[in-house]
Amino acid sequence: MRGRSQQVPLFAIALAAVGAAIFVLPVAGLLWRASVTDVWRSLSAPAVRTSLWLSLVCSISATSCAIVFGLPLAWIQARLDFPGRALLRGVTMLPIVLPPVVGGVALLFAFGRRGLLGSWLNDYFGVQLPFTTTGAVLAETFVAMPFFVLTAEGALRSVDRRLEDAARTLGAAPWRVFSRVTLPLIRPSLQAGAILCWARALGEFGATITFAGNFPGRTQTVPLAVYLALESDPDAGVVLSFLLLGLSLAVLVGLRRHLWDAL
Amino acid sequence: MSLVADVHVRRGAFDLRLDLRVDAGEVVAVLGPNGAGKSTLLHTLAGLIPLSEGKVTLDDQVLEDSASGLYLAPEERPLGVVFQDYLLFPHMTVLDNVAFGPRSRGKSGNEARRVARDWLERVGIAEKVDARPAELSGGQAQRVALARALAVGPRLLLLDEPLSALDVTSRAETRRTLRQHLEGFAGVRLLVTHDPLEAMLLANRIVVVEDGRMVQAGSPTEIAEKPRSRYVADLVGVNLFRGRAADDHVELFDGALLTVPGAGSGDVFAVIHPRAVALHRRAPEGTPRNVWRGQIAGIDIEGPRVRIRVAGAIPVVAEITPAAAAELQLTPGVEVWVSIKATEITAYPT
Repeated sequence: MRGRSQQVPLFAIALAAVGAAIFVLPVAGLLWRASVTDVWRSLSAPAVRTSLWLSLVCSISATSCAIVFGLPLAWIQARLDFPGRALLRGVTMLPIVLPPVVGGVALLFAFGRRGLLGSWLNDYFGVQLPFTTTGAVLAETFVAMPFFVLTAEGALRSVDRRLEDAARTLGAAPWRVFSRVTLPLIRPSLQAGAILCWARALGEFGATITFAGNFPGRTQTVPLAVYLALESDPDAGVVLSFLLLGLSLAVLVGLRRHLWDAL
Repeated sequence: MSLVADVHVRRGAFDLRLDLRVDAGEVVAVLGPNGAGKSTLLHTLAGLIPLSEGKVTLDDQVLEDSASGLYLAPEERPLGVVFQDYLLFPHMTVLDNVAFGPRSRGKSGNEARRVARDWLERVGIAEKVDARPAELSGGQAQRVALARALAVGPRLLLLDEPLSALDVTSRAETRRTLRQHLEGFAGVRLLVTHDPLEAMLLANRIVVVEDGRMVQAGSPTEIAEKPRSRYVADLVGVNLFRGRAADDHVELFDGALLTVPGAGSGDVFAVIHPRAVALHRRAPEGTPRNVWRGQIAGIDIEGPRVRIRVAGAIPVVAEITPAAAAELQLTPGVEVWVSIKATEITAYPT
C-alpha cells in the first residue's frame, strides 16, 4: 500500500487540492464570517426564529408526505410490471435534475388559481395552494420526494423476495408479509431516504419562492430568509446559512454508510 | 392422507408436466439435475407459482384447479416448506422466526411463542431461542427452518434441497435428525434434491425428473439397479446403454454388439457396473465374450478407487484400484483392451 501511494503523481494531488478547495473554501468563508457575528443575538431575532420554525414544520410535513405517498409509489415502480413504468419512473425522478425554479413554474400551472387542477380546487372547494404554507410544503415535497422514492425503490428491488415467499407459506397474508418482513428489512434504507429527503426539503429555495412566494411567517423558510437577509440584516443571513450548512453536513456525515450503500 | 398433483407449468421456454401422487406412509424425493423443474414443482405446490393447467389435491381438499379456476394462496394452504438456504428472517430471533407461522395463522402471541419454544425443543435447539439466524451454524439453521415449517401444524411438508447448504461434516448428522423428524411427521412428505445420496437416504420412493418430465420412479434400490436414463446411470455410477435385444446379444443403436446371455427381445437397457469392466494392455486371452480396443480418455481418482473413462466402439467407465492403474501404466491416450464377461451385463426392457 505504501509503495503504491508514493507513485501518485504530484499534478494529480495539485488538481485534487484545487477540487477540494472548491468545497472547503466556501465552508471556511462562512465559518470565518460567522465567527465575527453575534450568533445568539441574531438567533433570537423574531424573524429568524419564525423562519426556522416554519422551515422545520414545512420540511417535516414534506418528508411525511414523501413517505406516505412515496412508499406506495416506490413499491409500484419496483414490483409491478406495467406499460409506461419507465416513463413514470422518469417523471418521478425529474425534480432531481430540473431547475427548482422551473419546478415552481410548473407547479403554478398545475395548482395555481388558473392551473390544471388548481382552478378546479378553487372553483369547487375554494382551496388555494399558491402563496400558502401548504403550497410551500407542496413545493418542498415536489423537489425532495424523489430522493425518498429513489432509495425506497432501490431497497425494495434488492430485498430477497424469497424471504417474502417463505413468510407467505407460513400463513402470512400480503399485508402482514409487507409489514413484518419487507418493511423491517428495508428500514435502514427508508431511514436514509427520509433523512436525505428532509435535508433536501430544508434547503429548498427555487420552487418554494416561485410557487409559494416569500411571506414571513407563511412561506418564508430559512433559505428564503437568508436570501432576503443578505440585504437587510447580513448577520442573520450568516447565522441562518451557518445553521443550514451545519445541519446538511451533520446529515451527510451521520448517514455516510447508509447513503453510499443506498445510492 | 395423500397429495395428488397433476402439474403443468409453462414459464417461457420451460415446460413442466408431472403427475405425482404421494401417500402419507412414504417419503418421496423428486430427484433431478439443476434446471429439471424440481424447484418449480415445489413452488407450484406451495402456491407461489400458479399452475398453467392441472389440479392439486391434498386429502379431500382441492388446493388448485385450473379447470374451475380455484386457487388457494400460499397462506391459505395447510403446508410447511423448508427452503433451500432456509430463508430464516434475519431481523427476527430464532424464537420469533418459529412463532411467525402460528402467529400468522391466528394464534395469540403467547400461544405462538409457546408452540415455537416447544418445537425448538423437539429439534434440539432450545438454547438458541434468543439468537439471530446469523449466529447459527448451518446445521442449527436447518433445524430452525424445520421447526418453523412444522410449527404451523401442516398436513403437507415440502423440503427444497434440505441438506445442500451444509458442509460435509455437519451433513451426516443433520441428515440423521432430519430423517428422524421426517419419520415422526404424520402428513404428506415431499422433498426435492439434486443429490442422489440425499434422495436415497431420506426417501423410500424416488421420482426422477429431467427437463420437466418424469423419467423414472421407484424405490432407491430399483433406481440404482435399473436406471432408465443417462442422468440416473451417471448418478449411481454405472454404464448404461440402449439397444435392441435378440437371443444372446444386444445391438446398440450405433451398431456395436454386446453379448448378453438371455437378453430377451425388443428394446432394452443394458447396465454394466464399472467394477465389471476389465482393462488390459495386450489382447486378453480366456473366456470374456465382450472384448474391444479403446483409448484412455480420462482418469478420475475417487478415494480408494480409480475411475477410467475409455473411448472406443463402446465408450465405458471402468473402476479399478490405484495399484492396478499404476501397474498398467494408464495415462490419457494410452491404447487398452476392454473386456467384460457376458454374465456381468444386465439387460431389461425399456
